[in-house]
Amino acid sequence: MTTSADAASSPLQWPKNNDSYAFSREKGDLLVLTHIYTATLVLGVGALFGALQGFSRANWIVMPDWFDYYRILTVHGVLMALVFTTFFITGLLTYATYRSIPRVRSVRLNYIGWSVMVIGTLMAAITILSGNASVLYTFYAPLKASPFFYFGATLLVAGTWFIAADIIMNVVWFKRRNPELRIPLPAFAAVCTMIMWIIATLGVTVEMLILIPWSLGWTSGVDVSLTRMLFWYFGHPLVYFWIMGAYVIWYLVVPTSYGGSVFSDGLTRLAFISLLLLSTPVGIHHEYLDPGISPGWKFFHTILTYGVVVPSFMTAFAIFASFEIAARKQGVTGFWNIVRWLPWRDPAFAGPGLGMLLFILGGFGGVVNNSYAMDVLVHNTMWVVGHFHVTVGGPVALTFIGAAYRLVPALARRKLFAPQLALVSEYLWFAGMLVMSFSMHWAGILGAPRRTSDVSYFGAAGAATWHGQMVAAALGGSLIAIGVLLFVVVATATFLQNKREEDNPELAFARVEDAAAPVPPVLDKLGTWAALAIVLAFIAYVGPVTQQLTAHSYLAPGMRTW
Amino acid sequence: MHIHRYEKLWLSIGLVILAFFIATLSIAALSEGFVPPSDDQSIDPTKVAQTPPFDHPGLRKVGDHAYEAYYVAHIFAFDPATITVPVGSRVTFYVTSTDVEHGFSIPATAVNMMVTPGWVNSLSHTFKEAGTFLLVCNEYCGAGHQTMAAKVVVQ
Ligand code: HEM
Ligand SMILES: [Cu+2]
Ligand SMILES: [Cu+2]
Repeated sequence: MTTSADAASSPLQWPKNNDSYAFSREKGDLLVLTHIYTATLVLGVGALFGALQGFSRANWIVMPDWFDYYRILTVHGVLMALVFTTFFITGLLTYATYRSIPRVRSVRLNYIGWSVMVIGTLMAAITILSGNASVLYTFYAPLKASPFFYFGATLLVAGTWFIAADIIMNVVWFKRRNPELRIPLPAFAAVCTMIMWIIATLGVTVEMLILIPWSLGWTSGVDVSLTRMLFWYFGHPLVYFWIMGAYVIWYLVVPTSYGGSVFSDGLTRLAFISLLLLSTPVGIHHEYLDPGISPGWKFFHTILTYGVVVPSFMTAFAIFASFEIAARKQGVTGFWNIVRWLPWRDPAFAGPGLGMLLFILGGFGGVVNNSYAMDVLVHNTMWVVGHFHVTVGGPVALTFIGAAYRLVPALARRKLFAPQLALVSEYLWFAGMLVMSFSMHWAGILGAPRRTSDVSYFGAAGAATWHGQMVAAALGGSLIAIGVLLFVVVATATFLQNKREEDNPELAFARVEDAAAPVPPVLDKLGTWAALAIVLAFIAYVGPVTQQLTAHSYLAPGMRTW
Repeated sequence: MHIHRYEKLWLSIGLVILAFFIATLSIAALSEGFVPPSDDQSIDPTKVAQTPPFDHPGLRKVGDHAYEAYYVAHIFAFDPATITVPVGSRVTFYVTSTDVEHGFSIPATAVNMMVTPGWVNSLSHTFKEAGTFLLVCNEYCGAGHQTMAAKVVVQ
């Protein structure tokens, strides 16, 4: 059913029946499983904390002082936004690269990266749990956390660079040996995503170079708005990092569950390149209501943000075209017939499929956030929390778990444990997410603030209308939490059970529909695209950063306010 | 690279939508003068109490139905805690912080801005209806963040 990546489009030599390749591949598979299981564990812990937050906001519980709301909110935000997603994506991109560039290779560098990420995560998590870093995942200065928190976060990021280096080196190896061939599509997507990530993480690295000496007491203050700007220089591309991870699955993995293909090689490459270009020069859309940034620059970032319409529309088209081509081959035509024909009972499809539905809702919300006449009504309200749960918490996370239901059995060479339970986990998650995020959006329209342990404000009249939504959100959140726990159970039990499956060395990526169609060689010139992305980022930030540096910017000493 | 006819059509729809977003945004910005709060006066966050006008936070009448309100945000309160203005007043809020990042928001209205130590931020709003409005900090600022609120009374 599935064939190897681009096997049809490139005369790539697969080292079949080669023992050392088989051995190397097995090592690579174990490595990818290590990343995915790390993400799984983190997701489970994060979900428990999420549920507690929902309960606290609904006034069902009051968090005790030694385990207070803001501490767990910091853990939830860090684990979900920074750790779960990152481990899953590093695993996924490694997988995409290794499987589409078959060779005997060393996995050492990648394991080093993974270990550095784990050490960083543990360092940050222990610091937060011990109450020394209740600064939320955005760690806005001058909230001053223990240096271990900043060290940990820095190591988490630094670890990803090893993985990026591993991926890039594999692609370079391939290009050296096959100068006449295109980079295989999965490896292209992986390396494009990693280039984006490297450019983005430079921002947070510079921020850390300011925050670490300050948290150690070596400097007396920080320029608050400069650190905010550096954070969002990284924070928005972080979002596209998640989306590119999801796109790898939507374009290349999902079609394998309905016998489909990748609609177009060239357009897929173009979608990834667009995200690479549009990821960094838009970060100020998180700072519309900030002082010290001129409206002109805010406007510039807004326009580039809307540019994401292009890759989004291309992707929507490509996905549906892939559905339609596969359906037609089986004589199914017509929109609703095709939708019904899709394998909604296959956990590997249902997760991403439901995620795509949620993403449509997320898209509408994003348009609102980005138009600053409306943003001012919803900024920092529960609307925003509703929005990112229906984008990263829904589409991206559901896509990842759906992909895990395909990848984990394949990589571990086991049968998926209890497929029915796997399916239940996804539909519970979907239903819970609809309820939770709808209630959060609504609470946001009524003005309920986010990042707040309790929104009753001592019974103030203005706050009275929020309670009902918070209760509904807590109920929805409980459903999601159950869904997440079922996922953790299924994923773990799959590994523990010993029913060995046939090994499938070429598994996993859909082939390109019209593999012979010519693809403009310029699309493969990743160096050029990377340079263009850097130029765009420079243009978008040189003005605002100069404004920060030339204004008489006073430093804030900072403090621990928790 | 061959691009299918339908895809061209679909992408054109996307581009039209894109143009529409940008046009509405530009019209709002240029003709109605709608810009997000982006004040650019800097201030030493450690000397707010000595810097006029924040040394005397509070409400000033500057014209017929026109007021300026100077707020100092600090953990975990706003100073002044209450202001009272007549219905129909246009109030310009100026706010700065003495410690960490705060938010300044009257829920469900367009009064919403970030309060960054080192900067003054400002925006204007006309209160057309009577009532007691809750003013909250909507950016996490520490252990007592959920209690950080004030009141705007319109009568
Ligand atoms: C078990 C399901 C989940 C529940 C019940 C839940 C609940 C919540 C709640 C109530 C908040 C808002 C707290 C506040 O603003 O005061 C929150 C914040 C957040 N959640 Fe979740 N969530 C869940 C799953 C997820 C997932 C899967 C992701 C992403 C992969 C995620 C990412 C985030 C992020 C990034 C924040 C923002 C933290 C901050 O504002 O600092 N959540 N969650
Ligand atoms: Cu963003
Ligand atoms: Cu606050």
